[in-house]
Amino acid sequence: MSDSLKYFRENRLPHIWCPGCGHGTVTGALVRAIAKLKLDKNKIVVVSGIGCSSRAPGYLDFDTLHTTHGRALAFATGIKLSRPELKVIVMTGDGDCTAIGGNHFIHAARRNIDITTILMNNNIYGMTSGQYSPMTPKGMLGTTAPYGNTERSFDLAKLSIAAGATYVARATAYHAVLLEELIEKALLNPGFSVVEALSQCPTYYGRKNKLGTPVDMMTWFKDHAVNIKAAAVMSPEKLEGKFLIGEMHNSPEPEFTAEYSALAEGVRRKFDSFQGGLRECAQNSD
Amino acid sequence: MPSVKLMQGNEACTLGALTAGLDFFAGYPITPSTEIAELCAEELPKVGGKFIQMEDEIASMAAIIGASLTGRKAMTATSGPGFSLMQENIGYASLAEVPVVIINVQRVGPSTGMPTSPSQGEVMQARWGTHGDHPVVVLAPGNVKECFDLTVKAFNIAEDYRIPVVVLTDEVIGHMREKVVLPDFETVKVTRRKAPASPGGYKPYEADPDGGVPLMASFGQGYRYHVTGLFHDETGFPSNRGDVADVLIRRLMKKVENAEPLIRDYATESIEDCEILVVAFGSSAMSSLSAVRQARAKGIKVGLFRPKTIWPFPEEPLRELSSQVKRVIVPEMNLGQLVLEIERVIGCRAPVERLSKVNGELFKPEEILFVIMGGEK
Ligand SMILES: Cc1ncc(C[n+]2csc(CCOP(=O)(O)OP(=O)(O)O)c2C)c(N)n1
Ligand code: SF4
Repeated sequence: MSDSLKYFRENRLPHIWCPGCGHGTVTGALVRAIAKLKLDKNKIVVVSGIGCSSRAPGYLDFDTLHTTHGRALAFATGIKLSRPELKVIVMTGDGDCTAIGGNHFIHAARRNIDITTILMNNNIYGMTSGQYSPMTPKGMLGTTAPYGNTERSFDLAKLSIAAGATYVARATAYHAVLLEELIEKALLNPGFSVVEALSQCPTYYGRKNKLGTPVDMMTWFKDHAVNIKAAAVMSPEKLEGKFLIGEMHNSPEPEFTAEYSALAEGVRRKFDSFQGGLRECAQNSD
Repeated sequence: MPSVKLMQGNEACTLGALTAGLDFFAGYPITPSTEIAELCAEELPKVGGKFIQMEDEIASMAAIIGASLTGRKAMTATSGPGFSLMQENIGYASLAEVPVVIINVQRVGPSTGMPTSPSQGEVMQARWGTHGDHPVVVLAPGNVKECFDLTVKAFNIAEDYRIPVVVLTDEVIGHMREKVVLPDFETVKVTRRKAPASPGGYKPYEADPDGGVPLMASFGQGYRYHVTGLFHDETGFPSNRGDVADVLIRRLMKKVENAEPLIRDYATESIEDCEILVVAFGSSAMSSLSAVRQARAKGIKVGLFRPKTIWPFPEEPLRELSSQVKRVIVPEMNLGQLVLEIERVIGCRAPVERLSKVNGELFKPEEILFVIMGGEK
C-alpha cells in the first residue's frame, strides 16, 4: 500500500463514501495496478462523470477531470485524441456509463480508442439515493422501482464486446486481487478496455433490498461469482444464478488515435499549409 | 500578402479559426453549419490538428473541452437543435473556465423547424441557454469578411478570459458568397495561452486580482490538478461553502463585465445627424444598411447602429447615440429578443419600435424603409 499511497492526494482524504461502500476498494485496485506498472503520474489523466463513483478522481494525484453526468468518455475522447501519449482512464458508475452515457460508451468502444474504463457497478443510482439503473437486475427494488424493477438489465461485458471493446473483464470488490490484475491488463491493452467492478452500495441498494451488512454483500459476491475459466467446464444447472468474473475478451485491434495520427502524417506530407478552400458547397438540409 | 478570395461565411469562419490556431475540431453534422466540419476534416490533418465527428453535439462539446484542457485551440460548429444539446457542457466550460469556440449558424426553430432557412432566434439561447449565472461572449458577424475577423477574435477572447465564445451567424451569412480581402495571415493578432510559471504551488483557480482570470495549465505537463463542474475554491477542489460559491460566481461574471470596453465591437452608418436610428445585427443589418442608404437618398436623417458583440451588448455607445434620436427601429428575424436588451439600454431616451420576421425569409430593404418612412408595421 505504501507504494500506492503516493498516487493519492492525501490532503483530500477522508473521502465522501459511506462506510462499507465498495467504491474505495475499486479505486484502491486501480491505484495498485498503476503502481505495479510504474506509470508516470504526470502522464495520466483520470476522467469521471457524476455519481458517487465519479468522485474517485478527486482523491488521485494525477490530472483529473470531473465532468458532467454520463459524458466522461466524450471528454476523455477529446483528451486522448489531442494527446495520444497520455494514459487516459475513465472512472464511472452503472448509471453514468450505461444510462445517460450509454451512447458515448458504445461509440468509444466502436472506435477502439485507447481509454481504460473502470465501471463501478453497484446496480443502483447511489448519489441520488437509490433509483434503479439500467444495471439493476429485474425484480430488485429501488426508490423508483418500489414494487420491483420490471426492466431487463444490461450485461455490460456482452454489450462492450458487441460494441467493439478490445479488452473486457469483470471482478468484484470482494475479488480485489483479481480486480487489480484485470485492471493492470486493461491498462496495458492499447485500445478500448472495460473493467466492470461489482461494488456494494449498502446504503441504498443493500438497505432497500435487505441484503444485510457490507460484509454480507461482499459474501454474496464471493458465493455467486464464477471465474470464466472454471465456468467453461461447469454445467448450465451449476451456473444457474451465478455470474461470471475474469477476463471475458482480449483481442487487440488497431487503435483509433494511432490510426488517425498515421493518416494525418500521410496527409501532411502531401500538403504544406492551409490554402483556403474554394469548393462548391451543396445545399443540404435537416 | 493580403489576398482576395470569393468565399462563403462558413468557409470564412473556418479560415479565421485556422488563422487563430485552431488545432482541434469535434462536431456533428447539421445544416446549415456542416461545411465548417467538412472543411475542418479536410484541413486539420494538414496542419497537425485533429478532427473528429462525434456521436452527437453533447459529445462534441465535451470533446472540445477535453482537447482545450490539453492545450489545444478547440472549436465546434452547429445550428439550433445541436446548440440546444450543447448547453449543459457550455455551462461546464463557463464554470471550469475552459476556452472554447462554438460557431452557431442559426436556422428557424424551435425543434427541427426550417433547416435551410435563416433566423435570429437564438439571441437568448446563446446568452442564457445553460442554467445559472454564467459568463459567455457572443459575436455576430454581419458579412463574410466579418466571419473571418470575428472568429479570430472569438479565439482570442476565449483565451484571454478563459470562457466559451459563441460566433452567432445564420443560414444566409453562412452560405452567402462574397469577395473577401484576407489579411496577411502572419500579421493577424493571435493570443497564445500563457502557462503558469511552474507546477510547484500551482493553484488552478487563483485569479489575477485585476482581470480575475487565473493562469491555465495543460494536462500532461506535471501540474496534476483537478477540474470539476462543482463549485470550487482556488485549489480547484469542490466546496459547498456559500461564501466560496458567491466569490466564484461574481468573479466569473466580472471577467466579462470588466472586459466589455476592450472587446466591444460595433459599426455605424450615417449616425452624425440622424434622427431615426435602426439597430440591427447579422443578416438583418445587411437589409437595414440598404434601407438606410435608400432613405438617405430621399433626404431622411436615418442612421444604423450594428453591434458585432451582442453579449455583452455595447451599452454605452448606443445609449449616447439614442439621446440624439426621435425613434429607434429594431428589425430582427425573431419575435423580439435583442430588442429587450436595446430597450433596457435606451430606457426612455427614445421610443423603440420592434420589427419582427419569422417566416424564414430575410427582411427586404423596402420593408425596413417603409417603417423608416413612418409606415405602419
Ligand atoms: C444531466 C443530469 N441528470 C441527472 C443528474 C443526477 N444524478 C447525479 S448522479 C446520478 C446517478 C449516478 O449513478 P451511478 O452512475 O450508478 O453512480 P453511483 O452514484 O451509484 O456510484 C444522477 C441521476 C445529473 N447530475 N445530471
Ligand atoms: S450511497 Fe452507496 S454508492 Fe454512494 S457512497 Fe454510499 S454506499 Fe457508496
